[in-house]
Amino acid sequence: MANVLVFAEARGGELRKIALEAVTAARQLADATGGGDVHALLVGAPGIAAKATQLGTYGADVVFVAEGAEFATFARESVAATLAERAKAGSYRAVVIGFSAQGRDLGPRVAAKLDVPIASDVTEIAASGDTLTVKHPGYANKVVLTLVLSGPMAVISVRPSAFTAKENAKAARVEVVAAVPASTPVVTITEVKEGAKGRPDLGDAPIIISGGRGLKAAENFKLVEDLADAFGNAAVGATRAVTDDGWRPHSDQIGQTGRQVSPQLYVAVGISGAIQHLAGMRTSKTIVAINKDKEAPIFKVADYGIVGDVLEVLPVFTAAVREARKGQG
Amino acid sequence: MKIAVCIKRTPDSESRFKIAASGAAIDETGLKFDIDDFASYAVEAALQLNEKAGGGETVVYALGPDTVQESLRKAMSMGADRAVHLKADAVPADGLAIAKALAAELASGGYDLILFGKHAFDSSAGVVGTAVAELLGLPCITAASELKIENGAGMARRELEGSAEMLTFPLPAVVTIDEGVARPRYPSLKGIMAAKKKPLESKPAQLGAVRVIAQKAELPPERPAGRIVGEGVTAIPELVKLLQNEAKVL
Repeated sequence: MANVLVFAEARGGELRKIALEAVTAARQLADATGGGDVHALLVGAPGIAAKATQLGTYGADVVFVAEGAEFATFARESVAATLAERAKAGSYRAVVIGFSAQGRDLGPRVAAKLDVPIASDVTEIAASGDTLTVKHPGYANKVVLTLVLSGPMAVISVRPSAFTAKENAKAARVEVVAAVPASTPVVTITEVKEGAKGRPDLGDAPIIISGGRGLKAAENFKLVEDLADAFGNAAVGATRAVTDDGWRPHSDQIGQTGRQVSPQLYVAVGISGAIQHLAGMRTSKTIVAINKDKEAPIFKVADYGIVGDVLEVLPVFTAAVREARKGQG
Repeated sequence: MKIAVCIKRTPDSESRFKIAASGAAIDETGLKFDIDDFASYAVEAALQLNEKAGGGETVVYALGPDTVQESLRKAMSMGADRAVHLKADAVPADGLAIAKALAAELASGGYDLILFGKHAFDSSAGVVGTAVAELLGLPCITAASELKIENGAGMARRELEGSAEMLTFPLPAVVTIDEGVARPRYPSLKGIMAAKKKPLESKPAQLGAVRVIAQKAELPPERPAGRIVGEGVTAIPELVKLLQNEAKVL
């Protein structure tokens, strides 16, 4: 029986989806050790404490809340120090963090502060005795590694969407804790630039419409946007060729050196399917490809392919999706 | 500026991988190795920063067996001034152990900036750079997509999900490099010749206890073969039907 500490990531005063997934992963791990408690740490601007009960709904027994004006944006050094301090205060088997932009930064900091081993981007966790065994897709998802971490405590960061957030209500006790200030020279956040409004993030979106060179010109990305609008809850991605050419920002790039996504539906528009791109989307549930070259490698991974000129096919597909969704009321 | 760049040697990401007989690693037979993509962006970023500043020193570090010297030579053929090889039989799966060995070496180097790739293709973990910063007590930008140094201070952009942070930081600092900062140059013939004469120091890595071990490596299940629904706009009604009834995503 061992307790597990989990970092509940929030942004803009709201819990992120990964926070609930991480709590679910922590719950599974605590239960697998014979029923320890899950302690969550929630850090945010004043008012964030109101979100603590939601963490209880997903399996947290105790929620520690540290509020501070500096946490309106990601005060990384102080968040890491507060999390490490909390980890030292309890006797935890593991510290679970989401492998998000914040978590990629926090995980190594906290592991170094605590001098405990760390595994990143984990899709499965098992505990036995004094080892934790995790699965982690490496080699851009082409090889799955099983890693064994030894020692009484470890930091585990979990891959977004790998653990489905599950309700498992506990009467979470809320406890206010003090934030620990940074001890090292700090990074100053001068501005947070918001991305395109009204679209989900690539990591959260159930549907992604992604465009490549086959669109021929930057302005034709409008057709991809239109299809995303027709689906309603879709994000827009791009290939490396397209972001290198400046048609789209680098943050939209899906692939080995960009974002790695696994939505319910991935629509590849004018994308040939270079290995670099496939590495970022091959774990999508359903893949649709539209490309004029029937020999394009994208058709080897696509569940459904249409051979044709994307500039002709896309508007018709968009209209058909609109029509189908209208039928659903 | 005095800049250190820590690089990793990884197999060509376009390779078809097989699992080694041990069952715990990939079979390296016949694979091509090179400086990891993100690490090569970091080398390029360092070279550009020092070129812009009109001087300075770029030192490359790699931990691993003797084969990593080939990658260190390549970085020097791109323009790095010298190299340090921290010798180890293998690169462990324990990122913090690697970070400790590098931090012990970098601590006395007097560097203004220490660069890493945001993660390496093989381990895909992104632990080492940020952990080194923590061990050295330096400010750290994890996964910068833009990087500038002006008047002794750094400016960076970092992508979050759906937004981006604009950051400033004092030097010395650690930055791990994401897509967008720089595309690596190809070594020139002159650079390759010059690199042969540049100093490459080799010494044992102070690895300490390794607490993360790769127990198994396996290939993920293949995707079932797809099918072509049809050609051109005439295939759209069938595609929509499949998305509704079979994939149930519409």
